[in-house]
Amino acid sequence: MIIDIPRFMESERPHWEELESLLRRMERERAEDLPFEDAQRFHYLYERASADLARIVTFSGEQELRNYLESLVARAYGEMHEARRTSRTTALSHWISSTIPQTFRRWSGAFWLTVVVTLFGAIFGGLAVALDEEAKEAVLPGMFANHLGDPRKRVAQEEGRGIGAQKKDGGKNSATRMTAFSAMLMQNNIGVAIKSLAFGMTYGIGTLVLLFYNGVILGVVATDYVLAGETTFLLGWLLPHGVIEIPAILIGAQAGLVLAHALIGWGRRETLRERLRAIVPDLCTLIATAALLLVWAGIIEAFFSQFHEPALPYAIKIAFGISELILLVGYLSLGGRASRNPAVLKSA
Amino acid sequence: MRRLTLEIRTPEGVTFHQTLAGPMARFLAWLIDFFVTLVVVYALNILVAVMQWLSPEVAQAFAILLMFALNIGYGMALEWFWRGQTIGKRVMHLRVMDAEGMRLQFSQVALRNLLRGVDLLPLAYAVGGFSALVSPLGQRLGDLAAGTIVVRIPHTQQPDIDQLIAGRFNSMSGFPHIIARLRHQTSPSEATLALQALLRREELHETERIQLFAEIADHFRTKAAFPQEATEGLTDEQYLRNLVDVLFRTRSLTPSSKDSSRAAPSDEPQLSQP
Repeated sequence: MIIDIPRFMESERPHWEELESLLRRMERERAEDLPFEDAQRFHYLYERASADLARIVTFSGEQELRNYLESLVARAYGEMHEARRTSRTTALSHWISSTIPQTFRRWSGAFWLTVVVTLFGAIFGGLAVALDEEAKEAVLPGMFANHLGDPRKRVAQEEGRGIGAQKKDGGKNSATRMTAFSAMLMQNNIGVAIKSLAFGMTYGIGTLVLLFYNGVILGVVATDYVLAGETTFLLGWLLPHGVIEIPAILIGAQAGLVLAHALIGWGRRETLRERLRAIVPDLCTLIATAALLLVWAGIIEAFFSQFHEPALPYAIKIAFGISELILLVGYLSLGGRASRNPAVLKSA
Repeated sequence: MRRLTLEIRTPEGVTFHQTLAGPMARFLAWLIDFFVTLVVVYALNILVAVMQWLSPEVAQAFAILLMFALNIGYGMALEWFWRGQTIGKRVMHLRVMDAEGMRLQFSQVALRNLLRGVDLLPLAYAVGGFSALVSPLGQRLGDLAAGTIVVRIPHTQQPDIDQLIAGRFNSMSGFPHIIARLRHQTSPSEATLALQALLRREELHETERIQLFAEIADHFRTKAAFPQEATEGLTDEQYLRNLVDVLFRTRSLTPSSKDSSRAAPSDEPQLSQP
């Protein structure tokens, strides 16, 4: 029991103040930069403040002192027991070269599930259009209104528009128009990816529905063009941005399914809180990856995909799309492997 | 069932509390943030209007991306740089914290803001509000996934003890041994209750006030029996004022503190330097 509060405060206050200044320093700097002596001192001061709090807790008149000590101990506790790596310690280059592909591969099961569900949707949409002409109008949302007509007409119109627009203003105005289009695409697609992640909170049901619906739209549009004999136009139009955009949306949905997996937690011993805690950094990496890819896809879709033959030969567009896909597959499947192995060997 | 505080027990055996923020305070904080973003949007619109002069299409692209970044990034950026606070949360004295008392990570801040979309459903934060009401730590879905809580930062304002007895003579101060026993037997919450009752005196209806003070005074009379000369002629309210004064005025009990200072060295923390 503390007999003399003023004296107690007088003798302890320098320690509390020292702990406070050390905490301020630690919150500014990286934990690894703290010299060993300072870390030891921090441990000592933290234990001392904890002991002071334990002593003051029963003291009825010192609510203010107690509040102060509680907040001091709470802050120090967070720093003392934090074992997770802080994001500041991960360099951007390392994050891009290793963390992204490693995280993607860690949850590859969820990614393949998104592929399967999208394919099911696409097959469903394709069959619907092949068997029923009116299905197209029923399924496609308003923003795809320009695909409602005959694909052949649209191809002729698109190819004609390219020449007309370029002749008219020398391509200058169309470039600025594309900037706004590109921004709109990025905003819309990143929004869809975030939604796919967020709907993971519905135990994944929302994410799966969204994926299936995206698949249906894809299937409807693709089948429509293929049946009209416009496969080359379709590939030239879709591949340059689609090979990035579609995987990006799938990666967003992959994050949603990872979240759902943690929520459901089949046959796992950890509590819900522990399961969620373990995946938070991975979810952020996945959604950030999706966002980055969608920025690229937005630029390509606006500035490259919208130009058709004769301005831009389809062969070039298709070749560009395929090379992008190869690069993406290579990056996601091989990235971060080399830097990972030596660490494994070292720890073994 | 929703709890009011989160209790964290450290491995050292020390317990500390965080007061969880109620839905109303959080709603008001959100409302403030909403108006702040409106002001920013208004300011950006002026900028876009100026840019429109140069190139309408580029201005439009700029506007789309900026609004999107503001929408997604406002909470994320502020909560990360201000360690869990936005402007609204600052005004309402709220803070986002790690649910286990650890250091708040960027990934947590990002995720709780990204999942706002589900909490907003179907309209006006219905899902998030419901989740905050039923979850034990008052978490919306974004908080649940990110492992965060929103706590209230306590106002650490020293109550004005002097106004309690307004410089009048305190008949209890002559009995330090009874005061010591009383302080020993009174829990912090009991002492705060008595203090708050006195500080909020004017908010209470007259008859209820008399009844409340009588109940509290009776409760304290069972704890410490002051001799009759100390309590004679005191109303329940005066009794409470004197009592709270001696309970809280620890630093002004100079006669006893001088005596007890001799015993203090043995009371110093016995932690050894590493």
